[in-house]
Amino acid sequence: MVDAAMTGAISAGMDSAKLKRMRRFKAGDATFRALTLSAALMVLVLLGGVIISLVHGSIPALSTFGFGFITSQSWNPVTEKFGALAPIYGTVITSFIALLIAVPVGIGIAIFLTELCPPWLKRPIGVAIELLAGIPSIIYGIWGLFVFAPFFQTTIQPFLIDIFAPIPVLNSLFAGPPYGIGILTAGFILAIMVLPFITSITRDVFDTVPPVLKEATYGLGCTTSEVVTKVVLPYTRVGVIGGVMLGLGRALGETMAVTFVIGNAHKISASILSPGTTISASIANEFTEAVGDLYTSSLIALGLILFVITFIVLAAARLLLMRMNVKAGN
Amino acid sequence: MASNLGTIGSGGLSAASTPAAQAIYRRRRRGNKILLTLSVGATIFGLAWLVLILGALLYQGFSGLSLAVFTEMTPPPGSAGGLLNAIMGSLVMTFGGVIIGTPIGILAGTYMSEYGRNNKLTMVVRFINDILLAAPSIVIGLFVYEVVVVRMGHFSAFAGMAALAILVIPVVVRTTEDMLNLVPNQLREAAASLGLPRSIMIRHVAYKAAMSGIVTGVLLAIARVSGETAPLLFTALNNQFWSTNLNAPMSSLPVTIFQFALSPYPDWQKLAWTGALLITFTVLALNIVARAFLSPKAQK
Repeated sequence: MVDAAMTGAISAGMDSAKLKRMRRFKAGDATFRALTLSAALMVLVLLGGVIISLVHGSIPALSTFGFGFITSQSWNPVTEKFGALAPIYGTVITSFIALLIAVPVGIGIAIFLTELCPPWLKRPIGVAIELLAGIPSIIYGIWGLFVFAPFFQTTIQPFLIDIFAPIPVLNSLFAGPPYGIGILTAGFILAIMVLPFITSITRDVFDTVPPVLKEATYGLGCTTSEVVTKVVLPYTRVGVIGGVMLGLGRALGETMAVTFVIGNAHKISASILSPGTTISASIANEFTEAVGDLYTSSLIALGLILFVITFIVLAAARLLLMRMNVKAGN
Repeated sequence: MASNLGTIGSGGLSAASTPAAQAIYRRRRRGNKILLTLSVGATIFGLAWLVLILGALLYQGFSGLSLAVFTEMTPPPGSAGGLLNAIMGSLVMTFGGVIIGTPIGILAGTYMSEYGRNNKLTMVVRFINDILLAAPSIVIGLFVYEVVVVRMGHFSAFAGMAALAILVIPVVVRTTEDMLNLVPNQLREAAASLGLPRSIMIRHVAYKAAMSGIVTGVLLAIARVSGETAPLLFTALNNQFWSTNLNAPMSSLPVTIFQFALSPYPDWQKLAWTGALLITFTVLALNIVARAFLSPKAQK
């Protein structure tokens, strides 16, 4: 286009100053485009760089321990025997507990916001929930350690231990002294942290349900709960699952809050009241103190495992949400 | 006859007035009530945590707030002091991270919206960017440790800035692309019809139209990184003393909170709470201001 304009300009007998300006415009255009393109490519380079550097850093550990790295439970800096099973277990189980609590609550809040809430209250409640997402992770940590864990230790944990004591399988799940900190506490704090992510995505996908569908159902004489369970949820199922996966991705990688309240114990216990560790908490606690290449490399290998797990979860979440978006016609 | 009329009059439910039908009706109403009560309960449950956390912060942190917090250095255990070096370090590194990350983010968002809208590269970049947006920040810390700290041979504020910049980029990319996509095409066409080159159209027309949204993105990015701890732990490390040397370890508010809160000393714990109060209210204020910047149209 610019070429055409330039030829036009020449034939019209433009003077050389104008021609020069045109050429400068053209050069500026190309430079700006190249700049933006390279910035966009930089995003890809960053992700590639993260993967390559993590793989490179974990080679010593993975070549020493091989596949046994992810099946071994031992974590001994003195004898330099490292296995990732306990942190992987802790990461998975805390995230699972978090979702168990956050998913029903998040969906409940989304139902409230889309079906029940008076319009003037929608924005304040929406903003309040989003602020919950804005609170830095370390604040959840310090609050969890000094406020929530003591409360948990004196009231909820003894109650859980007592109530499940006579039930065969569950009593080992809720066994042991109430430490306050531990797997369950970490899962609970994580639940509060991922709640806003699940809520906002669920609310967004609930809003994509065409009003006619809901109105038709109401017109048949259905109650709000029937509209939600028989129309809204089936229609938005894929999107809700995407939102849950997004929350899971957050929970898996959450670091500081968990580091404060999990107890950093490299063991797998049957009881979810006992201390444990997660991948991110192990790295945060031990990385600066790690002596020796093998120790450092094992921690980086943990980071690689975490990144691979969260990458898969987040990618799946995005694909599900993209499917939902296509359905909604955006 | 009269009773029959009465039934019809009371809502035309003559068909539903058999006991079985009424039982179904009652059950449906009960089910409805249960679900609605649960959803109200869930909302109260969710909001309660915000109140509890902010309340605890005010209760524990407010009494420690004094001028000394802003004028004195972090103390050794057992003596009085403030958080000046930590606050300064946080400001310096957040500023550095935003200064490095914002231009890259805006340019990448510009490519995605202005040059390659919905082409293959844009789709891939958007997908990867969304993953980076939610990726664990501690992994970013490990990455910067590997490529910056190990290369340089020591921890430094530069490394901390690099880690924060990597966290800034996805936030800014996302909002810039979204906001530029909202700019009406007529504006671009009008600029093109005046003969403006594309790059000038973007900088002088599209950016101006999307300015409030882009500023929102940058503010949200600042809010996000100013509370980040994990990526600073083994990049900028920590520093007990005043330091403005970007090539040396630097203290930051979150890392200081982490160190002080887990210490056994009551005065350190007290300072940690005060620091926590400062960070939280700064971040929440940034969040609220960022939202206020957004035009009503872009607020969905």
